[in-house]
Order: sequence, then structure tokens, then C-alpha cells
Amino acid sequence: MLEGKFGEGVAEAMRIQVALGEAFNAERMVEVSRTHVAFGVMESDVWFVDMLLKGGASCRVPPTSNPIYDEKYLSKIGQRAVKADSLLLQSAHNAYKKIGINLTYNCTPYLEANVPRFGEITAYSESSATVYVNSVCGAKTNRESANSALAAAITGRVPLYGLLLDKNRKGETLVSVEATLRDDFDYHLLGYSASKKIGFRMPVFTGIPSRPSPEELTSLGAQLNTGGAVSMFHMVGVTPEAPDLETAFGGRSPAETLTVTDADLQKLHQSISRKDGKIDFAMFGCPHYSLNQVRNVARLLEGKRIRKNVELWVLTSVHTRELARRMGYLGIIERAGGHIMADTCPDMPCWYRRYDGKVGITDSPKAAYYTVRRGIDYIVKRMPECIEAALKGGC
Amino acid sequence: MNREQTFKCHKICSGNAEGKTLISEDDICFYLADPKNGKIIEKNHALKGKSVAGRILIFPSGKGSSVVQGDGLYMLKKCETAPRAMIIQHPDTVLVTGAIIMKIPLVDGVEKRFYSEVENGDFVRVDADQGLITLIKKED
Repeated sequence: MLEGKFGEGVAEAMRIQVALGEAFNAERMVEVSRTHVAFGVMESDVWFVDMLLKGGASCRVPPTSNPIYDEKYLSKIGQRAVKADSLLLQSAHNAYKKIGINLTYNCTPYLEANVPRFGEITAYSESSATVYVNSVCGAKTNRESANSALAAAITGRVPLYGLLLDKNRKGETLVSVEATLRDDFDYHLLGYSASKKIGFRMPVFTGIPSRPSPEELTSLGAQLNTGGAVSMFHMVGVTPEAPDLETAFGGRSPAETLTVTDADLQKLHQSISRKDGKIDFAMFGCPHYSLNQVRNVARLLEGKRIRKNVELWVLTSVHTRELARRMGYLGIIERAGGHIMADTCPDMPCWYRRYDGKVGITDSPKAAYYTVRRGIDYIVKRMPECIEAALKGGC
Repeated sequence: MNREQTFKCHKICSGNAEGKTLISEDDICFYLADPKNGKIIEKNHALKGKSVAGRILIFPSGKGSSVVQGDGLYMLKKCETAPRAMIIQHPDTVLVTGAIIMKIPLVDGVEKRFYSEVENGDFVRVDADQGLITLIKKED
């Protein structure tokens, strides 16, 4: 592949893999059976994929893809498209399709479209996906960039290093959770709060009260890799590589022990949220909401009406949106004045254009973290409180 | 008279380059550099206001999410304000991938004594393929 026998595009993808192997002293390459590429609509993303296409590359292991945004939906409700945005979006769409990326446009592929089995070697590049795949599925992936994950999809190979090796998958820091965890919002706060304290060490969580749901584990993982750079965690009695404390730590004792209390979560919550007040919109689905989460929103909105001049968005995968339609949740949410939008991430140009200088409310610290740089300010609260605020126009 | 010293290093991305050094004690996110002139614009950064353009850049490690770091290097390269080569201590996936794509020579694992010898503005030749760095000091 490196010598160009399969074309210049494959050779370039292989050069990336070889350089990563050099950087991390990998002994050899191994085959991957699943990939996920977190491309957005940056000019550099499209340029890179086009370059590989010109070199004749295509994906041997078709990846799923991260959300971008559904311009058609926005134009249907009257948002005029910016021409430069549209052109870039169209060229991204075409390039990704042509190289063989499955256009799932969803950031939780590990829940529905691309679910790895235990021990499988993979290359996932979305920050929340990397954590979930390693920790909850027990499959193996390094913290890939979108470009390196695409190189893996094209070559079908990755260098063997890091989290692909069992010896590097052992816990280092014991995180004793004393905080009360009621719903996925508390897991968001736990992940964000813990990641600040953990640094680069691999955490082992104990004291988790009940069997956490997939949504709670998704929230935890997303925040661990937003507030910090944690690519894997263990949860004793919950995640597959942590049946007990000893196994989680590989027989060693913890390098460090941390405690997370209710006070920690409250303090963090205050630090990431704008003060209560009037809102212009409510945003849910970072990471993308599951059908269960959509149902919970629909229940709270049934027979009610969102305040005039407030918009409400639930971001999901195209699968979830279709199921929500079939189950009647879409109708309930739309009758209340809200939207369910597929394929879309809150950190996209369409939102900066719509909400520059405005105030939103969200249940996701991750959404608030990434968009604050772009002139959107968020109040961060539990989902039912966000719904309440959308009905009243503020909190 | 010039004094030449050579140091061993470990190749990550191949290529040769030479030029003046720019040394950063802080990790670098290239998204926080202005593509027009290569100047670092990150608040409180060791290199704030200095330009990486055409330099042999010496720094500990890359930082920042894959999307922004990749786009940062891309914009610098497009505007011809990218560094000529990078000498780092701790590689990460995003920086390595970016360097390969943008064809910027990248090495790590340089002999320790290099860091006590090298100063900002020294002339350096990086030969990644041979795993060699040549430091050329002007002597009065």
C-alpha cells in the first residue's frame, strides 16, 4: 500500500498510519473491523477527503459519520442559507459519499448504527464515541483524529499501540463517587467534574448507585473527553473489563484516589452555566438524544405550548427521528412548537448564524462548552427544568 | 567561525528542512495562530505575538481537538505561514496526522543535551530520514 500499488490515495493513508506507528513505537499493523470518522464541514476536512479521492482512495471498512447540519430543514422553516456555507456543505456531502463513508451523521453510532463487540479492534474518532467504545463495549480504539480514522477506513489497518494493547487498559486512579446520581444530567456533571481532577490517568469509578442506562454512560463519556482527555474508564460491576476492583486495576494498587461529592457537582454546575434569566431557545441532544430521551421530552410537552419567540430543538439520528415520528413523539413536540432535527450538531455554523448573541438553555455542558466561543451563551440545567424554561420563556 | 553540533533524533514524518529556531515552553494549538502571518494569538501563551512562519519550531506537544488542530495547520500551510519543521517531545495522533498531510517534517526523541544547547534564533538543519539534527552556532 505504501509503495503506491493501490494508488496514491491509499499510499497517503498508509503514510499516516506508518507515522503514527513511528510516533508510538508500534511493532506492527493490525486490521480494523469498524471505523467512525468525525468530520465536520471545515474547509480542511473537504480538502483532505478530495485529495484522497483524487488519489483513487475508497474505504475498505466503511465508516459511520458524525453529525453536520440539515440545511434543508432550516430552509423549510425560513432560515436563509448562506451561499458559502451551502457550497461547502454540498461538497462535503459529495466527497464523503464518494469515498464510501456511510452518511449516518450521528455522534452515537455505538448505540445503533455501528455497535462493536467486546475485544474488537476499531478506529473511532468522535470524542464521546472513543470513550464509550473502549469503556462500555470493551472494544478497542485509540483517540483517533477524523483524518487518522479515515486513513484506517481506507487501509483497513491501524498501528498496534496505546489502548489496543491490554497492558494499557488498566485503571490508574480510583474515583469514589459520593454524589447522588439521579439522571443523565448528573452523569454529565460527574464526567466533567472528574475529568478536571483526573488528568491523563485512566479512572475506575466506584459507588455508582444503580445500573446506569446507556444514556447515562453516554453522558459520562462525552464529558470525560470534553472537560479532559480521558479515552477510557472502568466502572466496577458495570463495564466489561471491571468485574471487580482488582481486575480493573490489573492487580496493581491505584496511583491516586479521588472523591466526587454533591458539592463538587454543584460547584461545577455553577461554573459552567450562565445565570438564570430570559432565553431565546432550548437545545437538547448533545450527544444525540436516544428514543427514550425524546419520549421524556414529549411527555413533558404533551398538550402544552412553548412560549412565543422561544425555539426548542431536539437533535437526534435519522433513525431516532423516524421512530419518534412513528411513536407519535414528533407530533407532540411539533404541536408544542418544537423541532426534532436529524443529522445535526449544536456546534455548527447554522446555529451561529441563527443565535449569535442570544441565550440558550441546554442539559449538555458539552454543547455549552463548544459554542461559547461563537457568541452563543448557555444556561445549563436538568432537562425538565429546560422544558419548563422553554414554556415560560426563561427561568 | 561557525560551530556545528549534531544530535540524534527519531523520525515521525520524513523530510528535510533548515532555518531559524523558535522555542516554545508551552504546547501549541495551531488553530490559535493567525494564518495571515503565522503569529500565535492564544492568551498567556509563551509565543504570543511571535510568528511560527518558516521557523524550525521546538515545542513539547500539540494540543486541542482533532478538528481545530487539523484545520489550524491546514490554514497555515495554505497561507505559507507554516513552520518548516517541528521538533517535539510528546507526539499525539492529531499533530502527527496533520504533519503528514501537510508534509511538515516532524521528529521527537532528540538527545537531551540538544535542549541545553539550543537557543531561540539558532540555525538548525533537520534531517528526519537520517534521524539527525545539526545545530549551527555563530561564534565571534
